[in-house]
Amino acid sequence: MSFPWAEEYRPKHPFMRWMDDRLPLPRLVHGAVGGGYPVPRNLNFFWNFGVLAGLALMIQIVTGIVLAMHYIPSGDAAFASTEHIMRDVNQGWFLRYLHANGASFFFVVTYLHIFRGLYYGSYKAPREMVWMLGLVIFLLMMATAFMGYVLPWGQMSFWGAKVITGLFGAIPVVGEPIQTWLLGGFAPDQATLTRFFSLHYLLPFVIAGVIILHIWALHIPGSSNPTGVDVKTPQDTVPFHPYYTAKDGFGAGVALIALTILVFFFPNFLGHADNYIPANPLSTPAEIVPEWYFWPFYAILRAFTVDFILPAKLWGVLAMFGSILLLFFLPWLDKSPVRSGNYRPKFRIFFWILVADVIVLGYCGGLPAAEPFVMISQIATIYYFAHFLIILPILSMVEKTLPLPNSISESVLHGEKAEAAPIDLGDATPAKA
Amino acid sequence: MVRILGILVGLGFVGVAAWSLLWGVIAYVQEPPHETVEHEFHKHPDSMSFSFDGPLGSFDRQQLQRGFQVYKEVCAACHGLNFVAFRNLHDLGYTEAEVDAIADQWPIQVPSINPETGETATRKALPADRFPNPYANETAARAANNNALPPDLSLIVKARHGGAPYIASLLTGYQDAASYRNAHGDALPAENRPGQGLYFNPYFANLNIAMPPPITADGQVTYADGTPATRQQMAQDVSAFLMWTAEPNLESRHKAGIWTLLFLLFATVIAYMAYQNIWHGGASRAVRRTGALDPENQAKSEHAKDEAGIAG
Repeated sequence: MSFPWAEEYRPKHPFMRWMDDRLPLPRLVHGAVGGGYPVPRNLNFFWNFGVLAGLALMIQIVTGIVLAMHYIPSGDAAFASTEHIMRDVNQGWFLRYLHANGASFFFVVTYLHIFRGLYYGSYKAPREMVWMLGLVIFLLMMATAFMGYVLPWGQMSFWGAKVITGLFGAIPVVGEPIQTWLLGGFAPDQATLTRFFSLHYLLPFVIAGVIILHIWALHIPGSSNPTGVDVKTPQDTVPFHPYYTAKDGFGAGVALIALTILVFFFPNFLGHADNYIPANPLSTPAEIVPEWYFWPFYAILRAFTVDFILPAKLWGVLAMFGSILLLFFLPWLDKSPVRSGNYRPKFRIFFWILVADVIVLGYCGGLPAAEPFVMISQIATIYYFAHFLIILPILSMVEKTLPLPNSISESVLHGEKAEAAPIDLGDATPAKA
Repeated sequence: MVRILGILVGLGFVGVAAWSLLWGVIAYVQEPPHETVEHEFHKHPDSMSFSFDGPLGSFDRQQLQRGFQVYKEVCAACHGLNFVAFRNLHDLGYTEAEVDAIADQWPIQVPSINPETGETATRKALPADRFPNPYANETAARAANNNALPPDLSLIVKARHGGAPYIASLLTGYQDAASYRNAHGDALPAENRPGQGLYFNPYFANLNIAMPPPITADGQVTYADGTPATRQQMAQDVSAFLMWTAEPNLESRHKAGIWTLLFLLFATVIAYMAYQNIWHGGASRAVRRTGALDPENQAKSEHAKDEAGIAG
């Protein structure tokens, strides 16, 4: 698709030629993830996580469809039907644990995918649309995961739904009508459960659709790479298949081993004990905690504790949504012409501070809102916003970057950096003839 | 322009967050938070080991049967097992006849209707029935228990932090509030002493629990297998039983996990070898100056092929 030297699809078998004239689907696959898609030859293992996120979505859709055959979206029966799945449905425990932990798996690989993009400047021109479509997928994932967590109708499901929809209540004037409209009532109830179930079934397919756009947009300029240098010659690329299909196959194996350990041996490690208590609108849990993948944003929400012109709660809601929405502007906030963090020594330092910062935010978000953790999350929130909105714009103007290699193949040939080279090429020496 | 706007918005959020931080620090300095009495006196579950711990753990059938006996003779008076059916007791090693007998002789009958008149009635339990709730409804349960609601025990091990060790610790953890001293040797403040109908138990999150001590003396239950029924033994046995009620598929999960891991390890090794083979076979040599895909070498190779008369 993207480069003139991309291998053209040439069906050999007469049937495939017949098909190609009528429905060129194999041609599409060949160009998208086959030998017809030239990919920079120097991608490291951080480029595996896009495919892994796609794998996670497939796992979620397959397990979810089967779970939906046994689940009953009713306030009276939802919790019991979940237990019915766990006890009486053949291998139902496997489906449910895989689906619940699969959501965590999806977020782990997606966060790694996002941070890879942040480090290597994958959001920069000409890939702004790829980045923004990715953020749309991320937002859809969060909505889907949130609504899915409500479905078992445990204590944390119910109170999570109440707290999260309550965030919209912070909006002046229209907030409460919006909250009532979202819930279909004044508190989470039957109407909430059925609409969340309906949307939870719908949104993954919307995600799949946006993923198609995401990949389409990616294939126009082609994949980025660890040097951030544009592809110039055929020597810079290898065909996606077999090179990256083989590499992704190995990556998928490693990732599935990690997921297996979680699902079969620690299935409730990432969950909350309170969600094994049926929802009770009259009994508030001691601590309402979202799932771990929301913790950094939950910490930002709770970091605003003092009214300042606007109520503190509204500041928290604005900051929480703003913390993701600002990423849409990242390609224009960070105008440094150098993409890869490998060649931006100062950016690299701030990037790792950001990683630590988000981990600290996540840690604080999972704890009760007590001192000193509120103060720590306030400091971390300040850094989060400062990083994207103040440090990156200024840094991109003043930073002195390192010299870039002339081309991808040159950087590989000269063994520039171990991470910029395909496996086992860091110390490549000329073979003896 | 985006950058200038970004910096302004950024300064806004940073400023408001810093304002919150300032007030937080002032409040922290003026009045440092002190630990609550619950925090000072709450004890974490004792560490104990169960047969189902670890990735290869499995249930001890004898222990489950003993635990079931404790449930039947002690807990069942107040706590139901809503998600467990009598037929599930097969998993504990009971024969079909034994399960039939257990269901038939269960002291609490199952709600039913009189087939003649249609009036509400009760009947004896069948193996297909779930363990009946000892109370007709929540109001009846609260009325009989000083307004406390005995929770259903089917999922209790998974519904409480600390799992089975927590349950076992709690069951034997009742203490005399007046004479109790915590790890620092402090006595429980008078206002935290249990009120009417409450019992002091440091393993319980808010220290005072409405459940009267259920396991009061050694030998409260006479085990059929001759195991001495110490308080600790009974508490651990019933906790193991409740782990089974919460996670009846634990053993098949562990077994399936091992086989899945073995399969994936094998598949991943194969995938790794394929990956190595593909990259070392072509691309890795190609990226070296002497590589096979190097244009010069390709030309040489073509030339060599032509000379040797090899097609393709």
